[in-house]
Amino acid sequence: MIRDLGLHLALIAVLFVLGLTLPDYHQGNMARILVLATYAVGYNVLFGYTGLLSLGHAMFFAAGMYGLGLVMQHGGWSPVPAFIAGLVSAALLSVIVAVLALRTVGVAFMIVTLMFSQSAFLTILYFGTWTRGDEGFVIPQAARQVAGLDLTDPVTRYMAALALFSVALLLVLWLVRRQEGAVLIGIRENEERTRMLGYNVLSHKILAVVMSGTLSGAAGAGYALLFGYVGATFASVQYSIFPLLWVLLGGAGTTIGPLVGAVFMFYLIDYSSGLTNAYMLIAGVVLVLLTLFARAGIMGEVRKRWAPWLP
Amino acid sequence: MSLLRTEGLTRIYGGLKAVDEVDFTLPEGEVHALIGPNGAGKSTFVGMVSGRIEASAGRVWFDGREITHLPAHKRIRAGMAYTFQITAIYAKLSLFDNVALALRNRDRAAAQEALDHVGLAERGDQLAGYLSYGHQRLLEIAMGVAQRPRLLILDEPTQGLAESEIAEFNALIKRLAGETTILLIEHNMDVVRALAERITVLDAGRVLARGTPEDIHADPAVQAAYLGTG
Repeated sequence: MIRDLGLHLALIAVLFVLGLTLPDYHQGNMARILVLATYAVGYNVLFGYTGLLSLGHAMFFAAGMYGLGLVMQHGGWSPVPAFIAGLVSAALLSVIVAVLALRTVGVAFMIVTLMFSQSAFLTILYFGTWTRGDEGFVIPQAARQVAGLDLTDPVTRYMAALALFSVALLLVLWLVRRQEGAVLIGIRENEERTRMLGYNVLSHKILAVVMSGTLSGAAGAGYALLFGYVGATFASVQYSIFPLLWVLLGGAGTTIGPLVGAVFMFYLIDYSSGLTNAYMLIAGVVLVLLTLFARAGIMGEVRKRWAPWLP
Repeated sequence: MSLLRTEGLTRIYGGLKAVDEVDFTLPEGEVHALIGPNGAGKSTFVGMVSGRIEASAGRVWFDGREITHLPAHKRIRAGMAYTFQITAIYAKLSLFDNVALALRNRDRAAAQEALDHVGLAERGDQLAGYLSYGHQRLLEIAMGVAQRPRLLILDEPTQGLAESEIAEFNALIKRLAGETTILLIEHNMDVVRALAERITVLDAGRVLARGTPEDIHADPAVQAAYLGTG
């Protein structure tokens, strides 16, 4: 328990120091990665811990992003209430999706989440007058100020991204160390057994979808606020697949895996695109190797081989 | 007072009556065996009692309260525990995590005690999937017992166990008898004779006979249908 918390706080401390010492280029990258890793942390609650594979999480990311972006753009809201609006939008959407999509299981759940997400994407395009569709809109620098802090300043932006990520990380650590988290893992491992131990499986799944969706929405809202752009691309299928990849690579059902996966994938593409135009080929080969030889993902393998106590 | 009672409990699959209007009463504290040939409807019957399977007709009372339409997890919370015919443990979790889920808390000492009951105390940190089959069954029984249920339903608990493990199992159930009411589906007649105070025989979804082991043994209908004439 102490060891877990110590490890996570140490990780946050390392990331904090990195924020002050990294060269500009990598500092910018890492700020972006931290926000995307927050998205992956949210995805991991549902996929990694509860064992429910969603192909539609982009709708939650987008709900947070547009929840914040639209009220700032058209309502002139300041960042803090706008961020809350983003969280509320994602939470509401995830409640609706949970109640409807959890009537299905397995492949049907994947397809239903995918369809909901596509509807969300098309809705954004349909209301192009306000959302500016594919083209999106920019949140001006002047609006991205919180309590005298300029979120467009690289160090401030990095620290804000780190704060967002840390809250999500510690929240998930707290969850998985509680009985509720153990029940989610129980549902993943054997749903019928879990029901027959006296747990309400459906209400736990709803909790997982809502927590997962709201964290994803927080990442979306954070992304819009910190990088100043809101666009429909973030609601597309691609953005539903990304967190799945990050979580698989980093280790599904590990607290730190989503960050490791996001960093790994980002720098794999970054590095290989410096070597050749066919960088997706390199990335592809590495991904194939990982799925062949490290099926539990990077942190999953670490846990399996060296540190079974990793949460 | 009866802890469990069913009235006209029926389950129809397609045109087949798997369980056909079964009236059943289980007094508090009794160890009761449910026996019968394969396909007699035993598992379906306890499935309806525990809430895993919806009844097509009939009613169920537990502890004086009607539970016919209560979802399974609420019946468990009300004091039932259920072990599966096919071992259902969390293979990828440690024994401790398995038992902690059954206990519905993360109390290490209580989990340790439950494992101790079945002689698995030293293995708390192992993954359950690495246990031998017999030990996995014992773990599942430990998970049932750990809940301190008022009614423990065991669906063929000794299936696949070695003779020595069966002896351990019998000893465990005898320790529980008196404090816990036990409903046992069992094919092994030695186990039934060793444990059961009363027996209900199901055949083709209907109650063929009920009574003490001696009554059942002497019942000609049972002999014909189930025990054979030898």
